[in-house]
Amino acid sequence: MSPTTPEELAAAVRALPRVLPVGAGTKARLAAVAPGVTPVSTRALRGIVEYEPDEFTFTARAGTPLAELAAVLAERGQYLPFDPPLATAGATLGGTVAAGLSGPGRWRFGGVRDFILGARFVDGEGRLLRVGGKVVKNAAGFDLPKFFVGSAGCCGVLAELTFKVFPRPAATRTLRLTARDAADQVRLLRVCAGGRWELDALEAAVDEPAVFVRLGAEEAALGPLVAELLGRFPGRELVTAEAAELWTTVTGFGWAHPGGALAKVLLTSGEVPAFVTWVRAQAGARAWIGAGGNAGYVSLPPARPVAVSPWAGALLRGNGPRWLGPRRTAAVMAAVKRALDPAGRFPDFED
Amino acid sequence: MSGSPDPARIRAELAALLGPSSLLADEAPLAAYESDGLTAFAARPAAVIAPRTADEVIATVRWCHRHGVPFVARGSGTSLSGGALPVSGGIVITLNRLNRILRLDPAERIAVVEPGVVNLAVTQAAQPHGLHYAPDPSSQPVCTIGGNVAFNAGGAHCLKYGMTSNHVLGLKAVLATGEVVEFGGASREQVGPDWMGLFVGNEGLFGIALEVTLQLLPRAECFHTVLAGYATLEQAGDAVAAVIASGLLPGAIEIMEQLALQAATAAVHAEYPPGCEAVLIVELEGPREVVAADRLRLDAILAASRPVEVRPARDGAERLAIWKGRKSAFSAVGRLSPDFIVQDGVVPRRRLGEALRRIQAWSREAGLRCANVFHAGDGNLHPLILYDGREPDGLRRAEELAGRILRMCVEMGGSITGEHGVGVEKRDYLPIMFPPEELDLLRRVRAAFDPAGIANPGKMFPAGAAPALTHTGLHPLERAGVIARE
Repeated sequence: MSPTTPEELAAAVRALPRVLPVGAGTKARLAAVAPGVTPVSTRALRGIVEYEPDEFTFTARAGTPLAELAAVLAERGQYLPFDPPLATAGATLGGTVAAGLSGPGRWRFGGVRDFILGARFVDGEGRLLRVGGKVVKNAAGFDLPKFFVGSAGCCGVLAELTFKVFPRPAATRTLRLTARDAADQVRLLRVCAGGRWELDALEAAVDEPAVFVRLGAEEAALGPLVAELLGRFPGRELVTAEAAELWTTVTGFGWAHPGGALAKVLLTSGEVPAFVTWVRAQAGARAWIGAGGNAGYVSLPPARPVAVSPWAGALLRGNGPRWLGPRRTAAVMAAVKRALDPAGRFPDFED
Repeated sequence: MSGSPDPARIRAELAALLGPSSLLADEAPLAAYESDGLTAFAARPAAVIAPRTADEVIATVRWCHRHGVPFVARGSGTSLSGGALPVSGGIVITLNRLNRILRLDPAERIAVVEPGVVNLAVTQAAQPHGLHYAPDPSSQPVCTIGGNVAFNAGGAHCLKYGMTSNHVLGLKAVLATGEVVEFGGASREQVGPDWMGLFVGNEGLFGIALEVTLQLLPRAECFHTVLAGYATLEQAGDAVAAVIASGLLPGAIEIMEQLALQAATAAVHAEYPPGCEAVLIVELEGPREVVAADRLRLDAILAASRPVEVRPARDGAERLAIWKGRKSAFSAVGRLSPDFIVQDGVVPRRRLGEALRRIQAWSREAGLRCANVFHAGDGNLHPLILYDGREPDGLRRAEELAGRILRMCVEMGGSITGEHGVGVEKRDYLPIMFPPEELDLLRRVRAAFDPAGIANPGKMFPAGAAPALTHTGLHPLERAGVIARE
């Protein structure tokens, strides 16, 4: 089923006993359909409904491809600062929210949860409902738009989303800094994070002890900042093409095994060495460290499952449970699920 | 609640449960808890509990749940929407004794704090490490993190940095059912539904935060703060539009208009360019090279915006003076009038000028003065409506004007509240933002957290018995001469 309007989407949900919303399928685990469940695609539910550059806001249908959005925002010198991943692979705005995925740019101003303002969604009883607002600041009612971030389609089908956008920095520069080992990488990440530079992105590799930083500002300001960083830390600046390739690879998980499992786990910067050790213990594993050491991404060759994770995480591609590592459950979680989806039309959190 | 035990029994049982020192029973201290920052409302609680530990909070909430007794959590009582207004016959749980910073980790740049920790205390503790806590409501020298979390407090820097919710990484809370939950953690990233995001801004209707993990940011190296005076409000509004259209992302964009300027001048001896209907404050911040580059652009934009005068702060002291004038505006306006109410509706930025013209016209019509101080960068109005509660219909006329303003905000596509929350004050206006089906959704979510409806009942949602309105707007402690709004 691929409804073309929010109203059709609501009708589709009402007509089906068990529903899984799917977008472009770039996070395949989230789009894996269990027996007896009908996928409802947002493929045809696309397009920008409203774009107000002067307000720093837009509203778009959930199935709108990120790439299409980025192009429209770029015409007005604006962007979603969290670099929503997998845009070149066709990822949609709704899928980004459902997966709760943010890219390298989330370092500076926050991730998808920090930019979502409002949503229209279809609840488990097939009602089309609006939550949040359409202006950059709104404190009326509970913040349900945030709740949908990472909710993996368990509580409703997103129809339309309102986001805050920011002006895109005039210029960016990317540096590759070299650490001695994982412990030194932590030191570098922390010094960079705590410094005066207001980095745009702060990421780290796992196969080599490198740290990648991106700065964004007026061109005139960047020269001295780059010079200072390279004076303090060993490393070099990436030329424009190299930098573009790096960020395309990172936001597109280009480093991951094609057809293999891909998972995200939650870290703090101090846990980076343990994450590196955990990755190395898994044959053929590839990995990347995002958000200044706050997210670890790991990929395994096809048919190889991700090892039991000491950290809470989510499986984005591959077979296995949706969530990794320690899980918190609470009676209130089931109660909220029942409030939004009393008949159990959507998957359980623990499916 | 009609089924609630009588106050004497409530006090006796809680004294037995927690020990008498956690129970404030004397009449004088109880009076201080009758109102919060929205002084037009007052209610007498059956008891005020001042727990010393999280376990005591949990025990109290569980007792309330068992006995169906409503409770209201309270920090410093600075809510401007009546969020901490007691429920008559219920209990108030005041969290000021839970004021420990449990952990400050400069390497991970996080702080784990108890709910009674004062907002500014977090920044003060972080300062030696070159860090700060970004959300800065005007009440930050007294308001608590627990209250900030409950009402998703904002401040002057929301456009760039967001609200409280954008800076909370994790929390532990006791829900109205007595269940103790933990959401989020020390990582800046998340998986699974954003429970924490849902909890922040719950207005005390879900439960009570016991421990909050906050992200700290490096303090900006350099600030450039400019004050520009304009002959008309409209010109100030146009200047805001020009700054936004330029692609700059200032840390703060604020406007104060005439009445607020007069008040700030009287209260803190702030000096503003003469003959201005409005003053614009723009602050750039960041690495010195970035600020230097952005400053050139800002200077050009402001020069072209027909200002009466532009005054850049030449040093830290001048910057602080600009902010002191701005942040004291609320209490300063209070000196101009025996009573006032503050609204914080939001309009799309491009309609600011139109919104302000309408507010001016309506105030004249109502025969009331209205001072406007607002976060222009995000369209968040703060009209302060001045009235005299001793006049028989003073409060009623003020509330009528406030209602017109709120309806206008929604008609323009904005919100009835940007950062103060709905509370008791705007609960009757929630339905103009959300139709019945959507209100019902919010009610269902509330019931999932609090099926018995004992956590801060009477707030956010319309209906229910109206609390007693007092016509003198002084806080009970002001009346007693203990505090003043300065």
